[in-house]
Formats: sequence, C-alpha cells, structure tokens
Amino acid sequence: MSAEAAETPFTDPEQQREAARIGMWAFLATEVMFFGALFLAYFYDRHLYPEGWVAASKHTDLLLGSLNTGLLLVSSLTMALSVEAAKARRPDTAARTLLATMGLGVAFLVLKGLEYAEHIRDGLLPGETFHFDPAALSRPGELFYYLYFTMTGLHALHMIGGIVWLSVLVIASRRGSARNFDTHVEVAGLYWHFIDVVWIFLFPMFYLVRGAK
Amino acid sequence: MNPERVRTLSLVAAALLALLALTVGLSYVDLGSAGFAVALAVAAIKAMLVGWFFMELEEGVPAVWFMAGAALVWLGLLVSGTLADLFTRI
Repeated sequence: MSAEAAETPFTDPEQQREAARIGMWAFLATEVMFFGALFLAYFYDRHLYPEGWVAASKHTDLLLGSLNTGLLLVSSLTMALSVEAAKARRPDTAARTLLATMGLGVAFLVLKGLEYAEHIRDGLLPGETFHFDPAALSRPGELFYYLYFTMTGLHALHMIGGIVWLSVLVIASRRGSARNFDTHVEVAGLYWHFIDVVWIFLFPMFYLVRGAK
Repeated sequence: MNPERVRTLSLVAAALLALLALTVGLSYVDLGSAGFAVALAVAAIKAMLVGWFFMELEEGVPAVWFMAGAALVWLGLLVSGTLADLFTRI
C-alpha cells in the first residue's frame, strides 16, 4: 500500500498503481502478438518438416539450455521477492534482490553467448556457411536454426532491456528518491516474469524435440 | 515482508524447478508423437504458475484479466486461422 499521494490525474495511490499495472499488461499483450507470430512460424514449419526438426534439435545443448531455464526460474523468484520488499518499504532488501535478479540474468546471457559460439563453430548459423548433418535435412535444419537464433536472440535483447531497467531501479532505491518505488518495481517485475514465460515455451520447442517422432 | 507470501513464492519456485526436472527427464523417454504435446503441457503449467502467483493474476483485478485474456484471444485467432489453412491442404 502506497503511503504517497497520488499524482495527477489519479485520485488515490491505489488507483495509480492499478493504472500502471494495466498499462504494463497492455504492453505485454502487444508482446504476445510480437512473439506469437514467430511461435506460429515455428509450428507451421515444424508441421511441414518433422524429421528436420528432430535432427536439428539434436544439435542443441540440452545441458546449457536446462541450466539457463533454471537460472531464469530462480530469477523470477528473486524478482517477486523484490516486489514484496518494495511493498513492505524495505528499499535495501529490494535493491539486493534486484541485484540478484540482474546477476542471474547476466549469467543466463553469458551461458547463451557460450552456446551461440558453440553453434557458430559447428556451422549452424544460417547463411552461406551453414553446415548440417545429415545433409539431406540441411534446408529444414537451416530453417530451424533461423528460428532458433531469431527467437532466442529477441528474447536475449528483451533480457538486456530488463537488466538495464532493473539497474535504474537499484540506483533509485539507493537514492531514496523514487516516488511510488513499489509500483515501479512491480511493473518491472511483470515485464521480467513475461520474459521468463517466453523462455518457458522456447525451451521445449528448441531443446526437447529430440525424442519426438 | 509478509512471511506467508514469501513462503508461497518460494514453494512456487520449487514447483517450477521440479517441473523443469520432470520435462527434461521425460525428454529421454520415448513417448512417441505425444512427447512434444506433453512437453508443451508442462510448459503451459509452468507459465500458469508464473502468471498466477508471480504476476499476481490471483489478485483478480478485472482490467488486468481483460488484458491477459484479450492477448490470448488474439493469439488464438492468429494461430487457429493459419493452422486451419495448413491442416486442410492436401
């Protein structure tokens, strides 16, 4: 519960908080459309080239992918705890849990970078140098990795944006200058959790096709 | 911080990690054509846990539910329209 006065045009702080959340959800709805089109392309192509999908998924790194999923899930917990701390007017605890969330996010991006390097070394970057075994499934394999790099890359860009956003909140908490700090943290949290949800679906789509027929 | 809430959030995170272990484990089992559907179902359960508890859908703010619902409806239109075309071609 915010103890601060509402800013214009709001009549009370709770109304302001609700408006901020609704605005964030409206943005997330547009993000669903944005990622949704790519998800659709994935399912369309997967339906057309089931064998190519299974062969391509065997080249992904399940260990790194699983570790990264775990990191993101834990980062959602630290993010949620940060929201609770901000609501309880404990900016120091909020800052610590925000830093933990950012650290987990950075660790995710580092592992993702190692994975990209591995794929590029193996010739899995779509384009002139694309190289795929078995060669007969090279075209659908390239399509798979085109979607892989596009979707995980856009996801990573969203994470970089989220980490920058959280760093601004950490600075605000230290200065003690942020008005409606709890609402700011809560809205950033909605964004962070959404990025987590996107990854929750990307993970089985790219890493867990191996056993499928 | 409300200890009850902290406990709930921690339990949700533990459940999410357990579901991750489950879905990775299941990927080593040959479930045939159902394997991918099962993996997506586990992902959907994880997404619902994140949405319900972490994104506070449990608070039941009508306008928030409306936004989330509208996103899913439009996504459904996009996907079902396109796949209806794909699946009915010879």
